[in-house]
Amino acid sequence: MAYVNERRELKDYTRSIKIQQVIRFVICIIITIIALLPIYFIVVNATRAHSDIIKNPATLIPGGNIIKNFQKLNDPNAAAGMYQLNFNLFYGYRNSLFVSGSATILSVLFSGATAYGLSVYDFKFKKAARTIILAVMMIPTQVVSVGLLRFMMSIGLTNSYIPLIVPAIAAPATVFFMLQYMQSSFPLEIVEAARIDGSGEFRTFFQIALPMLKPAFAVQAIFAFVTNWNNFYMPSILLTNNDIKMKTMPMMVQAVLAMQKSVDNGVNYLVVMMSILPVVIVYLCLSKFIVRGVALGAVKG
Amino acid sequence: MSETRAKSRKIVSYAKYGYIFIAPFFIVYCFFMVYPLINTFILSFQGNDNLVGVGVGFDNYKALLFGMGSDTIPADNAMAASKDYWSSWGITLILWAGNFVVQLALSLLLAVWFSDTRIKLKGAGFFKVVFYLPNIITAVSVAGMFIMLFGDTKYNVVNSVLLKMGLVGDPIKFVTNDWIARVVVMFIQSWMWFGNTTLLLMSGIFGIDPSIYEAASIDGSSGMHQFINITMPILKPIFLYVFITSMIGGLQMFDIPYMYNNTGTTSPFLRTQAVYIYNHFYKGANNYGYSAAASIILFIITAALGLVIYNINTGDGSGKKRKGSK
Repeated sequence: MAYVNERRELKDYTRSIKIQQVIRFVICIIITIIALLPIYFIVVNATRAHSDIIKNPATLIPGGNIIKNFQKLNDPNAAAGMYQLNFNLFYGYRNSLFVSGSATILSVLFSGATAYGLSVYDFKFKKAARTIILAVMMIPTQVVSVGLLRFMMSIGLTNSYIPLIVPAIAAPATVFFMLQYMQSSFPLEIVEAARIDGSGEFRTFFQIALPMLKPAFAVQAIFAFVTNWNNFYMPSILLTNNDIKMKTMPMMVQAVLAMQKSVDNGVNYLVVMMSILPVVIVYLCLSKFIVRGVALGAVKG
Repeated sequence: MSETRAKSRKIVSYAKYGYIFIAPFFIVYCFFMVYPLINTFILSFQGNDNLVGVGVGFDNYKALLFGMGSDTIPADNAMAASKDYWSSWGITLILWAGNFVVQLALSLLLAVWFSDTRIKLKGAGFFKVVFYLPNIITAVSVAGMFIMLFGDTKYNVVNSVLLKMGLVGDPIKFVTNDWIARVVVMFIQSWMWFGNTTLLLMSGIFGIDPSIYEAASIDGSSGMHQFINITMPILKPIFLYVFITSMIGGLQMFDIPYMYNNTGTTSPFLRTQAVYIYNHFYKGANNYGYSAAASIILFIITAALGLVIYNINTGDGSGKKRKGSK
């Protein structure tokens, strides 16, 4: 009798687990749809003509107008030349790629160097330096933007990429991440061994430490690139002359979306799609590293 | 004893390299962060418009915080500035709190599901990748995306669907109605950030020793019971971390509220702190004094919140860190 009861209980138990499994899966599918549908609509409508979109904005079937929409971006007659004035795909990609690429390289290289200096060497202000970096980690550049703008104006660095790229050298959060990584997977004996073999300090850093820190570099490089590519606030403050040849991609998207008259919806959708395309491609290629990397910089509970 | 002394002497001789390696960071940080901060501080004690560069003492702070007029700021202007300032605080906190509650509830649920070893979720890897995707998309483009989807007219996606289904008679003012627009902005923020929060919470849950759950199961503890009595308390530090970092992020919230409008100028009901500061000094607006004073207040609050994060980070890691460096 007891045996039968137990078996029935077990059966109920496995069935309830199966049901729960299905419920959870279905809810996750629904969330997936909510996460992806807005992006899908953008892609679909980027391929459609303005007149079609107005007739029926919500469809899941792509149209065949994408090439015409591309042409309108450069057409002096489309939207009274406003697209040509506000958006240039080549400049946008070139500038954003240059700014984000340079900032990424500087950020990982110098964060690596700072973390290396703080882990490998012993010096008087080491503890103070470490404390400062940890303490300022959460302070965003945004709160100093007024002072930064006035400062850059006074030394003639507005309308330059320098204040968009060089500050990447001082990235406290990246240093914090590198410090944690070095503590767990960079044995200091290696530095000693290199010294005995006659390697200079910088050579040890570049030829021995950097290759060993590659995994940490990869994760941080991805995040630095995405953050810089997406940055709108700083470029919009510091690039004041409104020169299309200097604007970054988010600035162009903002300019297009702020257009008032004779807008072509298809072209607007295309602009948004083109601005997110590079990061989405990068993300899909490297998603494994990214998903794993998100939590690494965070506190371990 | 003599051995350690010999060792330390050796290390000391390399000290200058330590300084060389960390010097670029500190030089750049001083140039692009510390000095601008000092500059902002100075500007906050100087006037607006044609009084930029003229010392005005605490006039900006008095005007913003208490609406008090002074020699340099007429009482009417001070009242107006103060009203806008406090309303932008209210908007910032509402937008942040609304999105955070939804985001945290959803992320907690997902994090528990993803890390549940008893009920394995199929396709968890795929879901994680998809849920994090909105977080990497440019916020400006996200705003543009949702303006076009949630536009006020029947030519926009959501309204056209609602109209076709007969759920509404007239298009809903998703952009121009203040509360509906705020809810949409909260939704957008949650949409962008829930994947990130899920992954952060998961890292906390994975740190929990599974044998605790086994022991609890043997003692006859149910799933919900386990969640409240085991998972939640152990997750406390990471909760605090997520809460504070999200709040710091929320106080800087700019791109989405700034962009979410049809007119090219930010709707007053979406004017957050960051937008308020920006509008006072950006292109032609010369109210550097107001901007700077508001920035300094925001800085003090952010720094206080950052201190909590600092304590979490060092409190947990210090033991490990010391072991590592020896």
